[in-house]
Amino acid sequence: MGANASETQVIRSTVWSAGAGCHGGCGVDLHVRDGKLEKIEGVKDHPYNQGTLCPRALALKDYVYHKDRLRTPLIREGRRGSDTWRPASWEEALGLIERRMNQVREDHGAESTLFVQGTGRDVGGWLVFLAYNYGSPNWLQALPGNSCYHPRLLSMQVALGDYVVPDASQFQSKRYDDPDWTLPECYMVWGQNPVATCNDGNHGHWIINCLKRGSKIICIDPNYTWLASRAALWLPIRPGTDGALALGMLNVIINEELYDRDFVTKWVSGFDELKERVRDYPLDWVARTTWIKKDLIVEAARLFARSRPAALQWGVPVDFAPEGFSVALAINALWSLTGNIEKPGTMVVGRPAFGVTSYPMSQQAISDMYGDMMPAEQRAKRIGADKYPLVKHMHWRAQPDAVIDQIFSADPYPVKASFIAGSNFVVGAQDPYRWREAFDRLEFNVVVDLFMTPTAMALADVVLPSASFAERDGVRAWWAPLTAQHRAFRVGDCRSDAEICFDLARRFNSDFKFDTLDDLYRYYLKPSGVSLEELRARNWIEPPRDAADTPYHRHERGLLRKDGKPGFATPSGKIELNSARLKEWGMDPLPRYVEPAISPVSTPELAKKYPLILNTGSRTIAFFHSEHRMVESLRAMNPDPQVEINPKTAAGLDIENGDWVWLENDHGRCRMRVKISPVHPRVVVAQHSWWYPEKIGEQDFGAYESNVNVLIPGGLFSNSGFGGAQVKSVLCRVVKDTPRETVSERTQ
Amino acid sequence: MSKVQGLWIDVEFCTGCKACEMACRQEHGLSPEQYGIKVSEQILNGGFTYNFVPVPTDLCNLCAHRNDEPACVHHCMASVMRHGNLTDLVAALEERPGSVLWTAKKKDATRARGTDVFAENVADGSESTEE
Repeated sequence: MGANASETQVIRSTVWSAGAGCHGGCGVDLHVRDGKLEKIEGVKDHPYNQGTLCPRALALKDYVYHKDRLRTPLIREGRRGSDTWRPASWEEALGLIERRMNQVREDHGAESTLFVQGTGRDVGGWLVFLAYNYGSPNWLQALPGNSCYHPRLLSMQVALGDYVVPDASQFQSKRYDDPDWTLPECYMVWGQNPVATCNDGNHGHWIINCLKRGSKIICIDPNYTWLASRAALWLPIRPGTDGALALGMLNVIINEELYDRDFVTKWVSGFDELKERVRDYPLDWVARTTWIKKDLIVEAARLFARSRPAALQWGVPVDFAPEGFSVALAINALWSLTGNIEKPGTMVVGRPAFGVTSYPMSQQAISDMYGDMMPAEQRAKRIGADKYPLVKHMHWRAQPDAVIDQIFSADPYPVKASFIAGSNFVVGAQDPYRWREAFDRLEFNVVVDLFMTPTAMALADVVLPSASFAERDGVRAWWAPLTAQHRAFRVGDCRSDAEICFDLARRFNSDFKFDTLDDLYRYYLKPSGVSLEELRARNWIEPPRDAADTPYHRHERGLLRKDGKPGFATPSGKIELNSARLKEWGMDPLPRYVEPAISPVSTPELAKKYPLILNTGSRTIAFFHSEHRMVESLRAMNPDPQVEINPKTAAGLDIENGDWVWLENDHGRCRMRVKISPVHPRVVVAQHSWWYPEKIGEQDFGAYESNVNVLIPGGLFSNSGFGGAQVKSVLCRVVKDTPRETVSERTQ
Repeated sequence: MSKVQGLWIDVEFCTGCKACEMACRQEHGLSPEQYGIKVSEQILNGGFTYNFVPVPTDLCNLCAHRNDEPACVHHCMASVMRHGNLTDLVAALEERPGSVLWTAKKKDATRARGTDVFAENVADGSESTEE
């Protein structure tokens, strides 16, 4: 670039995953000297994060230059599970992958290769790109029941024809000071701790910013979190009963006539049927079922319904509830009946900025991007499509539980290979042994990651070293604004997921039409009218106010439907609370409650043996799921796997703060360290996906010692195929560990 | 107008995210064991008291080398920290019950005690024999 090599250069970019390990969006300045990162800083005038950054982003230097970072492709030399690898060049590694995956495609068909992601983030878009160029419809999230956002996404697609998000001013350039925006009077936070998470295009601290400005918080959480302590109302829900609570609130809102009559008349269908349905869920029953006092449920429903505007942020417990899809339908009804749609400070439709798709989140978006690259008959081979109507008619991914079953059954066709990127399911999936066993049956596995993970160690035949967000160029359009990513430096031979997938896609598709990655980015940007050069120069661009991707009142202005008519993008043009499509597909079109398969109500005998509800999966500040355990500065914040127990419950078990305990049930046990906390007395809250990078040499890095997922059974308690993994609500007991040296002492 | 600079912290809305700890560590090149600021947790009285309070340590010099605000203030996720002179900050203190104000110790005082008191002061005899 002609600049003096010894001067510090400041390269402006956007955080999106590896490094911070998140769903991203924060504007950052990367200070680089002699090709090495010196410092990361938040960009003050960036509308997304306004200068702030989380500890994981601020630890970027510790992460990217970590001694354990993979720096070259590795080809397995010994048996799977052993730490025996041969460093290889990219040409050799990619050549081997090309050969093996082509062989599978010739012998068994492209559908026999799986493309596996974790939470998706910046990797998901590249995996679908690769899967489509290779020809396989089997792109999946390694999680039972697709239970992360997908039940919620599909519920919104059915009811609204779009995705809605709470309006914390993120679509307005002046944010909280913008005159077009209104502060939500009530912000219902359903099963989430926004302090520790920025999920699904939402920045957690946006909610804190609204709280500071006066929003009344309704906090639904079995854990009395900091947010609960600042909330107007705290509803300590029994995990897994979210559906009952939503139906109870609907009962109050409908029968006390707190709904927005004009909005419902004009824009909502199915009201009468829903009114009839909620009769099945009287408040006394709801209070008994959810363990929340009846008056509190009524008060919360009234506060939400009487507040105009009101917004709602929901978390993954909705998905993990039995029939998570149905629970999500009920919550859709909460904001729809109260008219909290497309007004400032309510639920507003999220559309990618300028219509640019960087991570397709519907079959339509994939088809819009890649046309008829994959014929319908090939898409019909998607695993789970024959069993689950939502997979067949709506979803854009394979059903994960059906995938595992099919690996074992080879029916209707065998599964032979996998390409796994950004997923560490050997610790992250429930019933991890079954996932490990299933993938061990495959002939060929590729794992792409930044560190050697238990999944790579256990299953990979080839490991490709990926890059952090700071080592890649890219384009991001997850709602707003449209942002650019810039490669600021390189580490070893690492390549970004974009580069890896692009290179392989070219090898697998003889009709590949892009010469360079920039060509592909230009293709992505086409709908925007913004050039790649302009985006890179400006770093972020906000869509114009009148565009279809900017709120408000778009249903009235005819901006949501393809035909340009007023209304929502559903078949009827209304918000469908009693969907004809669901009926046609043989599903219950109305929300209903299903009790968790394992619970004090369903299995009272088991509850005598295991009296506590095991709530897992809550986000931590120091880690993103299974990531970051090797980064010393972050591990210092959270050195041991932690289980939170109520003081009275702990006293009854003769357990003190800092004790090591075993969590146990009929499925397995794991060893964790106690933090005495104000959690529900009948619930323990355990951190998930723990493994010990320092235990290299032990099987899968000690992935089963402190991994709470071994207590959660496989199998799916959901007829829709969406939701129902009991990550939040199985039963367990807590047993004090006999004294022995602690894990943190051993790592010294 | 006071000449003394300080940090004002709105305890009511500190979420305990620890961005300040990590921002400080990066800015001053501290090891994972070192803190220029540390968040302490008060979850007491059955949850009635539920506060996080970032408390600067003796290593804090309010980021004297930075042209703009200290790294912790810049990155604070909940934007509850303010840097400025005491006159302005006292006004903020009056406006916001429960907030706190902090000033840095004189640099000399910090230095005299050493940033690594053991490395600088303890001689256990083993080091000299190794060399």
